[in-house]
Amino acid sequence: MKVSSSDLARHRRAGDPLPPLRARVEATRDDLELRGALGVMAERFNGAREEALAEPGMADLKARGIAIRAHGVTDLRANLQRFEESLRALGVHVHHARTGADAAATIGDIAVAANAHRVVKSKSMATEEIHLNDHLESRGVEVIETDLGEWIVQQERPSHIIAPAVHKTRPQVTKLFSGLAGHELEDRREELCAYAQTRLRDAFLTADLGVSGANFGCADTGTLVLVTNEGNGRLTTSWPRVHVALMPVDKVIAHFDDLATMVPLLVRHATGQKLTSYVTMIHGPRRAGELDGPEELHVVLLDGGRTALLGTQFEEMLRCIRCGACLNVCPVYATIGGHAYGGVYPGPMGAVLTPLLSSGREGSELPGATSLCGACSEVCPVGIPLHDLLVELRAVPGSAERSRRRTVFFALWSRAWAVPAVYRWSTRLANLARRHPRLTRRLPVARAWCDGRALPDPVSATFHAWWRSERSTG
Amino acid sequence: MSDRPLVALFVTCLVDQLAPATGQAACRLLEAAGCDVEFPSAQTCCGQPAFNSGFPGDARRLARHFADVFESCETIVAPSGSCTAMVRAYYPSLFEGPERARFEAIAAKTYELTEFLVDVRSQPDLGARVHRPVSYHASCHLLRELGVRDAPRRLLDTAGVDLVELADAERCCGFGGTFSVMHPEIGVPMADEKLDQAVTAGAGCLVACDTGCLAHLAGRARARGLDLEVTHVADVIAAGLA
Repeated sequence: MKVSSSDLARHRRAGDPLPPLRARVEATRDDLELRGALGVMAERFNGAREEALAEPGMADLKARGIAIRAHGVTDLRANLQRFEESLRALGVHVHHARTGADAAATIGDIAVAANAHRVVKSKSMATEEIHLNDHLESRGVEVIETDLGEWIVQQERPSHIIAPAVHKTRPQVTKLFSGLAGHELEDRREELCAYAQTRLRDAFLTADLGVSGANFGCADTGTLVLVTNEGNGRLTTSWPRVHVALMPVDKVIAHFDDLATMVPLLVRHATGQKLTSYVTMIHGPRRAGELDGPEELHVVLLDGGRTALLGTQFEEMLRCIRCGACLNVCPVYATIGGHAYGGVYPGPMGAVLTPLLSSGREGSELPGATSLCGACSEVCPVGIPLHDLLVELRAVPGSAERSRRRTVFFALWSRAWAVPAVYRWSTRLANLARRHPRLTRRLPVARAWCDGRALPDPVSATFHAWWRSERSTG
Repeated sequence: MSDRPLVALFVTCLVDQLAPATGQAACRLLEAAGCDVEFPSAQTCCGQPAFNSGFPGDARRLARHFADVFESCETIVAPSGSCTAMVRAYYPSLFEGPERARFEAIAAKTYELTEFLVDVRSQPDLGARVHRPVSYHASCHLLRELGVRDAPRRLLDTAGVDLVELADAERCCGFGGTFSVMHPEIGVPMADEKLDQAVTAGAGCLVACDTGCLAHLAGRARARGLDLEVTHVADVIAAGLA
């Protein structure tokens, strides 16, 4: 099956069929404009992050962050209960959603009850995960993304968890905006931003409901925290009459004071900033005498397969704070781009999370499509051993790696190579085979190797044979 | 009885089959560092292909074989960061109880070749003299699982090699063990990225400490018709021994 990178960028509804991984990879790999954009992105983000982390005290910051998130996972249920109590005390409506579909339905119900015709959204990967826009539109509610990158790709799919339109070049955005404006815009950053600002201001002023995610929720105070750079998060959560925050349960942290660690840790790893332009902290809806803020505030706590990971070898994944650093350092992500992963979450964290959160087979091919280089684990601010989890996912019964053929192969291979004579005999045979490359190239493993690479030359003698003839004294 | 330390060479299945000259070079470097080399001939493979493919049970079988072969040796050295990482970083995690203790003891005496020479023997100068430009690729497991960043560079530098740094020496080359045959559509473009960096650096020779990465890079370089030598650090240094 041949697909193009624009096919992959196209919006997907829940359950839409996905082309096989190889076709997805080839589509993006052949798009040189895309690979150029990814290279620029990686260089910019990685340079900024390294600079931000070169300052003194960063190792301590990371150690504190790991401890906070590790406790966040072990104490998740208790923290959630406390968080809910704190929220209710502030006058927040709390909803629980076991699945993504439940969460989308709950938010849809809130929108309908509020008689909302237009919804503005600030950036939230969780809303992508639950296909919220499709759901709201199916109930007659217009949805407008207000994060610049999300707005650019609203009719498509984000390709990076913090820079959703990173796969696009400026000329591509100029073309898109010119189409929306109905006249040619200049290919200049200022002009493009001014156009977006005018359009989005209008959306804020006319929206009935604002939907946000949450970067953190503090159990002790009921504070919802958003880190943003464009100010759209603040407008989304304060201007419309009703605000709904969709918060996955793993985002809860025990203490408000932990933000002093978690916010700088997140931001430095995400964009290389010391602090984002806006850090929004929300304590409940508008109170008597206050001039702004929503009249109603709802928090939808999304489980979506997360608490099922507690107590398993994968629970460390619940520490993830969605900084995106693992995407930026990943050589596979840089080669294939975000859309080729197929799911909502790309890169190393996506290759771990997608199969874990899926109730079916979604993403089961992703753990195998990684070179296990470990750059993700090295950069992770909360100490998730991502590449080890990828190996563990390959070992889960029924994983794509453990096909029947491979199960039989490795069972036979490991038994054979535990016998030295059989090992030596088989390596000599393989060496002989390389003397006949035209025949050997037809064998399954050799055929895959020869997809872009020459077979290694045969050797005159294996090391074992050399040692026996030259060095062995016995 | 010699007072030279006795080192057991774990040559690894890739060096054994694809690059026996690298195994011979490793012997010469160890001997130049004042060691005697033994080669337990019952050795086979560390089992990493099974481990990384999701078959820890099959990997355990080869780990036990490795232990039977090498347990009695004083020091184990391998010319591979990846196979050493399997023994040192992952074998203990495959077992529990007393068996884990057995593998922890083996892990504690297993070293990668350049690490052993520079960090354990403190002998970066083996008397080799090599005056040629070379670029070094830091293979992932050596770098990130074993934390060896400087030892190969010090060996090369001390031998007089003109080290021409790659734009990103620490970026994965796309080999990834079984990944290289499961996903050539991803791994080969990753090799291209690395090879392009090597061509830009202009040394004409790309070295690393893992025959897997090297076979992948050399195979791709040849398919592209690049004029680039791709070889093991040990090969380059052994060539400069008197």
